[in-house]
Amino acid sequence: MASWQTNPVLRVDHITMRFGGLIAIDDLSFTVGRNDITALIGPNGAGKTTVFNCLTGFYKPTEGMIVMRHEDGKEFILERMDDFRISQFAKVARTFQNIRLFAGMTVLENLVVAQHNTLMKASGYTVAGILGAAGYRRAEREAIEKSKYWLDKINLTDRADDPAGDLPYGAQRRLEIARAMCTEPKLLCLDEPAAGLNPRESDDLNKLLLSIRKDQGIGILLIEHDMKVVMEISDHVVVLDYGQKIADGTPAQVKTDPAVIRAYLGVDEEEAPPIAEKLVTEAIVRAEHESQPPGKQGER
Amino acid sequence: MTAATQQSQAGTDYRRIFIDTALTALIALAIIGPIVGMNATAPQGGLVLEYRWTMVFWLVAIIAAGRLFLQLLVWNRPAWVEPIHIKRTGAAAIAIGAVALLVGLSNMDSPVGFLAQIHPSLAAWMIAFGVFALVLGIWLMTSATKEIAEARGAQTGGLMRAVEPYGKYVGVALFLIAVVLPFIPGVDRRIVDLAILMLTYVMLGWGLNIVVGLAGLLDLGYVAFYAVGAYSYALLSTVYFPLWFGEGITPWTFWLVLPLAGLLAACWGIILGFPVLRLRGDYLAIVTLAFGEIIRVILINWYDFTGGPNGVSDIPRPSFFGIPFSNDENGFAATFGLTYSPLQRIIFLYYVILVLALITNFVTTRLRKLPVGRAWEALREDEIACRSLGINTTNTKLTAFAIGAMFGGFAGSFFATRQGFVSPESFVFMESAIILAIVVLGGLGSQIGVVIASIVVIGAFEVFREMAFLKAIMPAGFDPVQFRMLAVGIAMVLIMRWRPRGLITKRDPSIYLKEKKAVSADLVAQGHG
Repeated sequence: MASWQTNPVLRVDHITMRFGGLIAIDDLSFTVGRNDITALIGPNGAGKTTVFNCLTGFYKPTEGMIVMRHEDGKEFILERMDDFRISQFAKVARTFQNIRLFAGMTVLENLVVAQHNTLMKASGYTVAGILGAAGYRRAEREAIEKSKYWLDKINLTDRADDPAGDLPYGAQRRLEIARAMCTEPKLLCLDEPAAGLNPRESDDLNKLLLSIRKDQGIGILLIEHDMKVVMEISDHVVVLDYGQKIADGTPAQVKTDPAVIRAYLGVDEEEAPPIAEKLVTEAIVRAEHESQPPGKQGER
Repeated sequence: MTAATQQSQAGTDYRRIFIDTALTALIALAIIGPIVGMNATAPQGGLVLEYRWTMVFWLVAIIAAGRLFLQLLVWNRPAWVEPIHIKRTGAAAIAIGAVALLVGLSNMDSPVGFLAQIHPSLAAWMIAFGVFALVLGIWLMTSATKEIAEARGAQTGGLMRAVEPYGKYVGVALFLIAVVLPFIPGVDRRIVDLAILMLTYVMLGWGLNIVVGLAGLLDLGYVAFYAVGAYSYALLSTVYFPLWFGEGITPWTFWLVLPLAGLLAACWGIILGFPVLRLRGDYLAIVTLAFGEIIRVILINWYDFTGGPNGVSDIPRPSFFGIPFSNDENGFAATFGLTYSPLQRIIFLYYVILVLALITNFVTTRLRKLPVGRAWEALREDEIACRSLGINTTNTKLTAFAIGAMFGGFAGSFFATRQGFVSPESFVFMESAIILAIVVLGGLGSQIGVVIASIVVIGAFEVFREMAFLKAIMPAGFDPVQFRMLAVGIAMVLIMRWRPRGLITKRDPSIYLKEKKAVSADLVAQGHG
């Protein structure tokens, strides 16, 4: 049995997400291993980002259940929690397809803001902090130390005091991952982390993700189009098409799966003409849905 | 500028310039004709239209000549005019302007002075000419200096760049002046009163800055909290405290009610906060605007409780920690062996508002370095990202509203005790607009910017009372005080034209690793509600 089947950190159970008449996710079930890198792949419009938005509470699935299970046995039913509580208590962190850094704040500030809940407690919910309590100053120093650790890891120590909006694109991607890691997650969800990176940056990203898995011992779930990244680093691949799971297994298994090849390379017409017809109509519906600007996606 | 130079190389197109000047004159005529040319007067027995075509002619001629001057000498500059010539002209204009201004000013007071003998209003004309020449000279100087620097390939934006390193001393200097202000020789009651007014607006600006500048929530109804604070103080101190605790409490009323008024205003901040939590941008602005009006309308109509349009009068004055400022043996002056002067109370009020404002500043700067303050700023930058990091945006917004409102409430209490009288008249939308204008002019989120902006805005209102010399030049019946809103409006348009992000456009990071680098305003989000 594979690790994601025996000891999953996240269990997605028969979730369905409908937007009016459109079914973005259709009865999807999969699990994410506790210390695995799991890739969620699929053609454009397959519903990958919608899955992410359901996991992190930005959408509530129409049907089904999403359970996060910590090592100590604590379970969190994510679809019943507010988005910020998912990050705070269930310890699921995420990044965004279109980077959402605090552009006007410095790199260091971005990382410190991510430690908000720890610092909030240390500042006695602001009261002790205003009075200048020593406990808060210590907590702030610790927060800086932790930020330094991550700055070092993503090679941005030199630019710690520069505004995040000034960083080059690749560095912004890395910073967003580091910022998510500063919330001390048990599961890190990355939405297309390699999009727009050059091959060298992409390699660095792979190393970063592998070292996060090794050092922090957490699960990583990523959406990715770059097959090189997927095949190189992931332990487990889930393939979506039109909101349905079409394959689930190790990279090697998925690579040779006929359903996956069909989804990516297209369907032979003589093989399944009615399916092709259905796909075309569905694709039109989906294109209308997709034509919304990407910025609208996570917003409620 | 480069396009203009290219044109001048290609030779000046006089036909085009002529048409342009004619068009300018036509537009000027269309605007000035009806406004200046026709004056409706109401002598005995009805409305009469009075025509002033000579004045229209002169105004249009001045505008056309100015346009022609710009066309010939600035936009299509002849090749023999070099930047250095312009710079020298500018310097000469400044010198002439300064001399004219000084001569005019020194002859203003003496009605039988040298200038007045030639013509009664010559001194006033000298002042007006001096101001005009100064402005023109400064404009010529700066534009020529900039052009020379550009030609040399140096970086531009010189003046602000040169001034900026001294920026951090401005706050210290202003603070020191503020501390000793009442004791500077020549400072009279009028100036202390003005300083109290300015400090009240500084405090309100700082309070609103938390909501608008840091959290990025546009609040057009901030005056509501000012009103809640003022009425809390007025009603508690005149009606309820004497009722509950007897008359003996009166000397202490201010110090007891002040925190209560702040708390009540904070409660109203939270009450306003709840319905607007899900709103952004324009919608948030409309709801807060409505909230401000609702409070005012309630104050007008709840006659039994608030006294309606009559307001609340006879509000107790603050005491020096229990010792009243009265002219008897128990008063402040007698207790400390001073001679009684009504100025003592004013000076005490000045220090009260100074301390209140400094507390506001201290708390705000502290909060910026605390997680809640960073969460405010993060909220302004990106609300979705905040939520993904586990920040409870609901609580974050509510604390911003509550703390901003609390400082508004303190300022309101102070206002009530200073005036001794409150009425709904004092809490109109215009007040919200002025406070917001101060925050925006100062630069969103900048503490020192708010100080400078309130000195400029409130000072500008007052300066217009002083411009008596304008009366001498302008037609009879001209009152500069009536034009102050217009002038402040023009000043705001100009500042927003040249410094669209306010006077102070840098954001100070709340924490740093090695070196504190200010963040350029281009990167800082303005918040979307």
